[in-house]
Amino acid sequence: MEHVMEQIINGLQLGFMYALIALGYTMVYGVVQLINFAHGDVFMVGAFVGYFGFAVWGLPLPLAIVNAMVICAILGMVIEKIAYRPLRYAPKIAALISALGVSLFLEYFSSLKFVFGPDYRVVPRPIHEVHWHILGIPITNIQVMVIVVVLVMLLLLQLLIYRTRIGMAMRTVAVDHNAARLMGVNVDNTISLTFAIGSAFAALGGVLYAIAYPQIQPFMGIMPGLKAFTAAVLGGIGIIPGAVIGALIMGQVETLTAAFISSQLRDAIAFAILILVLLIRPTGILGRSQTEKV
Amino acid sequence: MILEVKELEVYYGAIRALQGISFQVNEGEIVTLIGANGAGKSTTMRTVSGLLQPRKGEVVFQGRRINRIPAHKIVRLGISHVPEGRQIFPNLTVTENLLMGAYTRRDRAGIKQSLEEVMDRFPRLRERAKQLAGTLSGGEQQMVAMGRGLMSKPKLLILDEPSMGLSPLLVEEIFNIIKTINLQGTTILLVEQNAFMALQVAHQAYVLETGRIVLSGPAREVQANPQIRSAYLGEVQMVS
Repeated sequence: MEHVMEQIINGLQLGFMYALIALGYTMVYGVVQLINFAHGDVFMVGAFVGYFGFAVWGLPLPLAIVNAMVICAILGMVIEKIAYRPLRYAPKIAALISALGVSLFLEYFSSLKFVFGPDYRVVPRPIHEVHWHILGIPITNIQVMVIVVVLVMLLLLQLLIYRTRIGMAMRTVAVDHNAARLMGVNVDNTISLTFAIGSAFAALGGVLYAIAYPQIQPFMGIMPGLKAFTAAVLGGIGIIPGAVIGALIMGQVETLTAAFISSQLRDAIAFAILILVLLIRPTGILGRSQTEKV
Repeated sequence: MILEVKELEVYYGAIRALQGISFQVNEGEIVTLIGANGAGKSTTMRTVSGLLQPRKGEVVFQGRRINRIPAHKIVRLGISHVPEGRQIFPNLTVTENLLMGAYTRRDRAGIKQSLEEVMDRFPRLRERAKQLAGTLSGGEQQMVAMGRGLMSKPKLLILDEPSMGLSPLLVEEIFNIIKTINLQGTTILLVEQNAFMALQVAHQAYVLETGRIVLSGPAREVQANPQIRSAYLGEVQMVS
């Protein structure tokens, strides 16, 4: 029983990290109906910048995290401006191909010796791992940190979207660019901001991921990126709570499969879910035919 | 003169949708553009509010050339465009939709007052304030769209097909509201397929056919024109 609980906690941690990445996919899809396939690579850059922050430059962990988030926010905005904005009203396939191009560029550019380098790097733990038993459930301080940080960020995001002027503007851009313009919303800036927020969340996910699974390399974003994308589709692409629900499910499925069935099967099962969702319920768990986006 | 449109040419790809349109709107008036589907009425409105860029010609608002200014900045100058098909935000509540209309304003107290004024003008919106706008009836959605358009306190209100898809009773109600808004000092540029109603409330009228203005003048005169009567007002022309 304790083993089961332990695995569920592990799955929760993984799920929350997927949620951070999935939010970026779903928010961006919400405002521009584009799957930003470079998103997983922004997550990778976040992990590296975070690692450099606390392990190489000696920044305190919170500062290293904020630094990674800011740099990735800028990266996200640059990607949008260069690779997506010129194609915004072109056929979707053009932007999709552009996204794949950006993804490959980030992976191979990062692999260059003078950038991050092609090798695996072992990430030293910025904090000592401490094992606790809370109500009989085995949990580590890192897991608690991950879960608390993600919950706080989700709450902040919710407040931003539903309680602020800029959040309201984002919700209007999600349904109708021209109608939003007629209200005085600067659609380009709003989309830019959406990329910035999504990328900052991915960076946070990247740093936490590097702390929890302390090994990083330039292609590390592919799998978590695809899993988070699956999570976003599972929850209903474009719907924020859906991304979180989908991510938590993915985290559990993956961890429990690895623990109780076979660790070799876990990726296969994760993507079998993607295929099943697309076949049976393409709008996802929370999706209706007319969905609320952003 | 609050708005002057000069020799406007707008293209969709290679298709010339507007073939050199000119018209004027005087302060305090209701000016209507009437014409059949596809004549270029909405294209004209979308160019005035900055959603489309003309290839030739210009749009002058209060003495300032505005046809190179992006749409989101034109709202700030005092033009509010209530688009065809309403384009309300279905995922926002009625109140949020109205507040979006005041997006360019920062005066909280003033915004609150405008919200009250709009709710007084459209009492049904007050009842539905917390409801998602997508769940409203067509007439109520039109009220949201017009209320939203008023929230920016425009000098010029552009209404594109406000009567579209509404019952005759509602059309009557909407046109009464349009008259009232105008009497309270807002200049209105009205685009309508319902030429009969539009000509009754308007001061000046322009008739559009395939991207050209074919007739213009005081609304009464246009209304009395035999060709207009047969083409747009559904009267049978007697051939003697």
